[in-house]
Amino acid sequence: MRDRLSIIFAGAVVGLLAVILVLQGNPANMGFCVACFIRDIAGGLGLHRAGVVQFLRPEIIGLVLGAFVTALYVREFKSTGGSSPLMRFLLGMLMMTGALIFLGCPLRMILRLAGGDWNALVALPGYVLGVWFGTLFLKKGFTLGRSQVQTAVNGYAGPFIAAVLLILLVTAPAFIFFSEEGPGSMAAPLFLTLGAGLLVGILAQRTRLCTMGAIRDLILFKDYHLFLGFAAIFVVALVGNLFTGQFIPGFEDQPVAHVSSLWNFLGMTVVGFAAVLAGGCPMRQLILTGEGQSDALLTVFGMGTGAAFMHNFGLAGSPAGVSPAGQWIAIISLALLFIIGISNVNLHRKAKTKDYSKAS
Amino acid sequence: MSELVDCRGLSCPEPVMLARQALQETGNGTVQVVVSNAVALDNVTRAANQMGWQVSVEEEGEEFKLSIKK
Repeated sequence: MRDRLSIIFAGAVVGLLAVILVLQGNPANMGFCVACFIRDIAGGLGLHRAGVVQFLRPEIIGLVLGAFVTALYVREFKSTGGSSPLMRFLLGMLMMTGALIFLGCPLRMILRLAGGDWNALVALPGYVLGVWFGTLFLKKGFTLGRSQVQTAVNGYAGPFIAAVLLILLVTAPAFIFFSEEGPGSMAAPLFLTLGAGLLVGILAQRTRLCTMGAIRDLILFKDYHLFLGFAAIFVVALVGNLFTGQFIPGFEDQPVAHVSSLWNFLGMTVVGFAAVLAGGCPMRQLILTGEGQSDALLTVFGMGTGAAFMHNFGLAGSPAGVSPAGQWIAIISLALLFIIGISNVNLHRKAKTKDYSKAS
Repeated sequence: MSELVDCRGLSCPEPVMLARQALQETGNGTVQVVVSNAVALDNVTRAANQMGWQVSVEEEGEEFKLSIKK
């Protein structure tokens, strides 16, 4: 019971903070968007030159550092990695590809829905379909293999990079890009964005909140534990938006969104599918990074690289829609996910093995 | 040599899937599961409890050994 209340509480806090962040300056329906914000960081570092989406987003830094400090405190910090790093990097890229076709990670999909953006209502079944694809492979024995305990530097790399980004954000040297217009220029004050990131990082580390796990566990085990968090984000953000006049229902003219239903649907199918194979939604990857998992950090690097590709080659969606090249890349991404899925199935998986644990 | 479900180094949901499979195959008795992270420990414990099994945990260094009984 306490577990259930915790995850509902964590989801409610995410929903509430998202509404507050938008009121205080974040782009509309973008209180939190892990994919968008990692894309903005990639832009801030000059990895892509889309001038309207460049900013070292403190929410991302806060999520990693919040999870890091909490994991240290509860003695769950552990440097691990080495479970198919290349696959994880690719899955990170693909997850970002889908997110930038739709224009948002699963968390922003919930927030867009809570803001009355019905395009997100089209994307949601696409997301569920993607997660379902992923579970088919899990049932067949999909695995990225075991991770190992690694030297400490592997685990501390993620939090260290987050701290360096924070220093770069505060000191704002000339080589860091900051958008002067567009979504990248819109942000709530630093103490709010960083504070919100830290708080959610702490709560998500404790509760294992995951927008992919929410759907996956329902499909695989009929276990609605994580879904309670997913639902709480939606309900609280919806109520918050209704109270503050930010609920504007409709398809047209939604902020940082387009109305191409097929691509909204397929974009999120790619995200859901990739997230299952990678073992966590974009936000969860940041939390795992904070816990010392270098595999998750590689997934995040893949996301940043994916964002750079999407913007450098004009593949990302925009309020005008998705370019033909972007449409192709969505289809190719889906095909790649099936290939990754099929090629990592262990057909000989057995639950029980001889007990070698004492010998090792 | 006894049997166990070795979930070391695996990330969720794999430990839960393997443990559930083992519990279903066993029917009743005792199943030993070994995991190497707290998330897997929590999730396997929750899944086993939901299926009506009792879980006791022993911490051994970096690993957790679960004895799941019915």
